[in-house]
Amino acid sequence: MDVRKEACGLGLAALMLAMGAWSCGRGSEEEGDAEESHEEQTLSAFELEHGIGPVKEKVELGALDPALADRGKAAFQTKCSMCHKMDTTYVGPPLGEVTVRRTPAFIMNMILNPQEMVERHPVAKQLLAERMTFMPNQQVTPEEARALLEYLRTQAGGAPRQ
Amino acid sequence: MLHSSSRPGVVGLALGFLAGLGACAPGGAPIGAAGDAAARVYVAPGQHDEIYAFLSGGYSGNVVVYGLPSGRLLQQIAVFSQYPEKGYGYSEQTKGMLATSYGFVPWDDVHHPQLSMTDGMADGRWLFVNGNNTPRIARIDLTRFETEEIIEVPNTAGGHGSPYITENSEYVVSATRFAIPTPQADVSIREGVFGGMISFIKVDPANGHMQLAFQLHVPGYNYDLSRAGRGVSHGWSFFSTYNTEQARTLLEANASQRDKDYIAAVNWRRAEQCVAEGKAEEWKTPYAHNLVGEDDVARTEMIRTQKVLNAKSCPEVMFYLPTPKSPHGADLDPTGEFIVGGGKLATVIPVHSFSKMLKAIEAKDFDGDVDGFPVIKYEATIAGEVENPGLGPLHTEFDGNGFAYTSVFISSEIVKWSLETFKVVDRIPTYYSIGHLLIPGGDTKKPYGKYMVAMNKITKDRYLPTGPELTQSAQLYDISGNKMKLLLDFPTTGEPHYAQALPASVIKDKQLKAYALAENRDPYVTRTEQDVKVTRQGGKVHVNMTAIRSHFLPDNIEGLQVGDSVFFHVTNLEQDWDVPHGFAMLGAQNAELLIMPGQTRTLVWVPQRAGIFPFYCTDFCSALHQEMQGYVRVSPKGSGVPLAWNGGSGTIK
Repeated sequence: MDVRKEACGLGLAALMLAMGAWSCGRGSEEEGDAEESHEEQTLSAFELEHGIGPVKEKVELGALDPALADRGKAAFQTKCSMCHKMDTTYVGPPLGEVTVRRTPAFIMNMILNPQEMVERHPVAKQLLAERMTFMPNQQVTPEEARALLEYLRTQAGGAPRQ
Repeated sequence: MLHSSSRPGVVGLALGFLAGLGACAPGGAPIGAAGDAAARVYVAPGQHDEIYAFLSGGYSGNVVVYGLPSGRLLQQIAVFSQYPEKGYGYSEQTKGMLATSYGFVPWDDVHHPQLSMTDGMADGRWLFVNGNNTPRIARIDLTRFETEEIIEVPNTAGGHGSPYITENSEYVVSATRFAIPTPQADVSIREGVFGGMISFIKVDPANGHMQLAFQLHVPGYNYDLSRAGRGVSHGWSFFSTYNTEQARTLLEANASQRDKDYIAAVNWRRAEQCVAEGKAEEWKTPYAHNLVGEDDVARTEMIRTQKVLNAKSCPEVMFYLPTPKSPHGADLDPTGEFIVGGGKLATVIPVHSFSKMLKAIEAKDFDGDVDGFPVIKYEATIAGEVENPGLGPLHTEFDGNGFAYTSVFISSEIVKWSLETFKVVDRIPTYYSIGHLLIPGGDTKKPYGKYMVAMNKITKDRYLPTGPELTQSAQLYDISGNKMKLLLDFPTTGEPHYAQALPASVIKDKQLKAYALAENRDPYVTRTEQDVKVTRQGGKVHVNMTAIRSHFLPDNIEGLQVGDSVFFHVTNLEQDWDVPHGFAMLGAQNAELLIMPGQTRTLVWVPQRAGIFPFYCTDFCSALHQEMQGYVRVSPKGSGVPLAWNGGSGTIK
């Protein structure tokens, strides 16, 4: 009997069994590639307009809240200003007019959920392709993100996009 | 070309296939491995291991973390040695961790890791480990995998029987391996009176902080290994001794004259009582206590007194149990009733009974005393002797199913024996010359079992040769069935002496991902780029610098002079997981810094020559990592070039 041949069969079977056992647990990952290419189609109209993240509804802007904007300014200095300036490109794009370009929810989702945004949202993906640096997750709280939005409103010349 | 047996062939194929070596290559037929070994240890890409194992890194001074069953190396934790990869012992914040009463000691010999315990089970809070050479005990935080505290052990040489933690982490211990004059004295090596010291170091349950509670002054034997009592024997600790001959030369012959040495049983509750009654003497040997403060900086306190008990001041605090012969391990079964002596020159494995010991103490069934410490009669405590254990039994762990596993050095094997019959039921070779062994939770009340790791002293032909020094070697066994099965060889570093392991689920979800920048209390933290600055104080220049993907600020500095001490205080402004930045300076007689997100680390550089010197980020952080660099201008001493920098209030725009 060709022992080697038998051994080959057994070994391969054992291996396939082992791999099968593990792949069962994480079945969805197998289709990861296919899913990714259809990513944009899987985004809802809301997500395309307002970004992907914890902010699931439109953020209605009222009259400017100066106290909130002041808190946002402080947060901006500690968590954002090392990469963003208002009037010029630094590491990231200038943010002086960002409230004119993007909706409030989009801005907050980009701040709160940058990793998923650059992986899945076409606008954020495009920004990553241009800047070549991932926007870091700076562990900003939703309250801070709202305050940052208010501060950014004070920097814009034009009316905010809604 | 045909294998004579199909079993090795199966394994050879499966392993070969996994390693991409092609099918059915001969040559790799593993000696002694089980048929399904490859599948049992295979952890698919992206999947996690079931168990964290913390192996002592021996003379590397590190603790090395592996995943089991894969044997994949996960992390090196710098403890007693400078470790340039992390800047440990090089940065200003970490240098203090290596302070001792002898000054800065940048190396030690790591021996025995011990996980903190709650009710006799590993709770995943801290890992304690001892340094043998300049006796120290370290505490590693298991949310950061970093050393947070090191305490030196005074009046001790060779801190070997250590740290062996008690059931609720009340104490970690240390016992003298090399008897010396106690207190230290200039005496004749041959004629001088030597002593030993057994130390109990209190662990604060709130934060893990260590404090030397008391020391027990004991006869000058070599104290080897230890275990704390558990369950029925909680409140006691056990220490093996050898060289009760007290030889001072050629110990390999002269320390093996007697048939029996001792296991010392210490009643630490009794010791606590004696200390509370004010019976302890105050000795005055200085020792260092190094602790990472709330500002994440290691600082040293030199402590100058300690409390010492002896047989006179605290009678019945310790008893000697005669144990054949030059015992290594003194290991307790999960119930705490059996004390197993690994008599490395003995022909049997002696098993003492704790309950018999208590009765013998009550009945004063003694065979005299040594320096006031009663010696209990061997027959009075012995519960059984395991016969035919092989040559050189060392150390025993337990599976929680009624079996003990003893490593046997000279005959290179592990013997499995029954705690009911004291008979050997299985034996399996190790490759080669096993020292310690580990069963996950094998020193707790309820062992996790399933696997066993052999830490071998000799490697020989098990791996591709690498010159005179070969890799250190561990082996993984399956102990889930009646028969032990070899599953895997995996390389280790620096000769592991012992290890601890626990299910990954206990700690994996508690891992710190980043230090909160808002809570950074480093005295030189720079929280924003608006705050960066360079200040001169005589010959010292402080650079408050920030790092974020992918730039430093300031990244241009002028006005430094040859011979200045330049302190680069670099704060990593990132707040995301897995984004450390590095910092390296051309010509610095120092290592790099590796700065975790939200952390500040300081590198001192003394420029030696005038010119322009670059610094850069060493830890690949982004697509623009290669751009993460800066320049420093160094002028001759006394030059008039003004101090200038970019960022913050700097004058370079």
